[in-house]
Amino acid sequence: MCLALPARVIAVDTATDIATVTLGEIRKSVSTALVEDVQVDDYVLIHVGYALNRISEEEARRTLALFAEAGLIREDGS
Amino acid sequence: MKYLDEFRQRGLALKLAAAIRAEADPQRSYNLMEFCGGHTHAIFRYGVQDLMPDNVRFVHGPGCPVCVLPIGRIDNAIALVEQHDAILCTYGDMLRVPASGRKSLLKVKAAGGDVRMVYSTQDALKIARDNPEREVVFFAIGFETTTPPTAVAVRQAQAEGLANFSVFCNHVLTPAAIQNILESPDVRDIGSVSIDAFLGPSHVSSIIGSRPYEFFAEEFQKPVVIAGFEPLDVMQSALMLIRQLNEGRYEVENEYTRVVTRDGNRKAQALVAEVFELRRSFEWRGLGLVPYSALQVKSAYAQQDAERRFSVPPVRASDVQGCECPSILRGAKKPTDCKLFGTVCTPDNPMGSCMVSSEGACAAYWSYGRFRNPDTVPGIQVESVA
Repeated sequence: MCLALPARVIAVDTATDIATVTLGEIRKSVSTALVEDVQVDDYVLIHVGYALNRISEEEARRTLALFAEAGLIREDGS
Repeated sequence: MKYLDEFRQRGLALKLAAAIRAEADPQRSYNLMEFCGGHTHAIFRYGVQDLMPDNVRFVHGPGCPVCVLPIGRIDNAIALVEQHDAILCTYGDMLRVPASGRKSLLKVKAAGGDVRMVYSTQDALKIARDNPEREVVFFAIGFETTTPPTAVAVRQAQAEGLANFSVFCNHVLTPAAIQNILESPDVRDIGSVSIDAFLGPSHVSSIIGSRPYEFFAEEFQKPVVIAGFEPLDVMQSALMLIRQLNEGRYEVENEYTRVVTRDGNRKAQALVAEVFELRRSFEWRGLGLVPYSALQVKSAYAQQDAERRFSVPPVRASDVQGCECPSILRGAKKPTDCKLFGTVCTPDNPMGSCMVSSEGACAAYWSYGRFRNPDTVPGIQVESVA
């Protein structure tokens, strides 16, 4: 139920609070009524036709680095 | 696809699995409750349980809104169609959930009732605009993730003067349910359910932030890690919980920092607060009546509240005899403990709600887990093997 998918914003209409997003080969219009200041090229989480939140590229990179680090602990220790 | 594929990489999963094996103390056990059905689904779909040592177990929680909605509320929704001749708009998840008298919304639709599946509250608003002579009711269910889109629709309907649009509100709250589980006799006294730590919700937290969990971590001395829904997120979060337990800490940590902040989405919170208020109590399947655990439409939006517009009497309906959904939702039993599981109850012909939603524990066991070795099925008590 809480499934939400990351999609890239390719167009924004601030007058109607509607953005066009792409996910893979799919294009879709979604409401941006819940997120402030959505920009083209932002990645947003899409849930039941609404953008819920922006996704932070920098934080995503940091989390991926954390995964890699967890592996290092074992490699060092064994 | 960006932000999905990177968080499903096999090589990193194996590294994380090795780290978990190295850090989990073989002398103790780690019972990690994943509250969300989305996590349950990811754990099964990607075989995360099989990558864990025997003493690290996932206990499945009640975070599946379809699963916890009591049958009486579905009976109410059916009555809106059959007795009030409303067009009932619903998310697809609800269509096949068994109601009383062997009915479901899908069967009501097959019998001529005007039940329409929608993807978004915006679709429901459009149906209301296109059918001004009919009453259109949106069957609103879901946790904090799904509530803001309903709030937007209620406000929009009022602003547009769409007098024929209303919502039948069944939105429920995660923190109240977590507290209920921690205070339940199963966990506190009898000890039939052991929970050492929580994997916190992903998208619920994207709205409410990580702050609301700080109370539980402190009060009940249980670590919480907000975890993304991808398999690597789940594994990294499990590792973070294991570290907290090893070090005797009980804090709220956030693994899903690419989306979740401590404060959450304030714009969405403000919209929800404007349209909805707390109900004194609400019935959950499995948990019973939980105080202040659900929302209702505020009187300022009375025209958009189906419960004020139509008679929606409380219905006390019982689950199908033998169905163990209530115990499964509390983490007290597992699907394979249910006599109906896989015999009369399958996803094609569900008897209980946990078999309907793909996030339900029964559906996850059926789809991904039923051919596994029973010794490795989570929930079965296995002595740790060093």
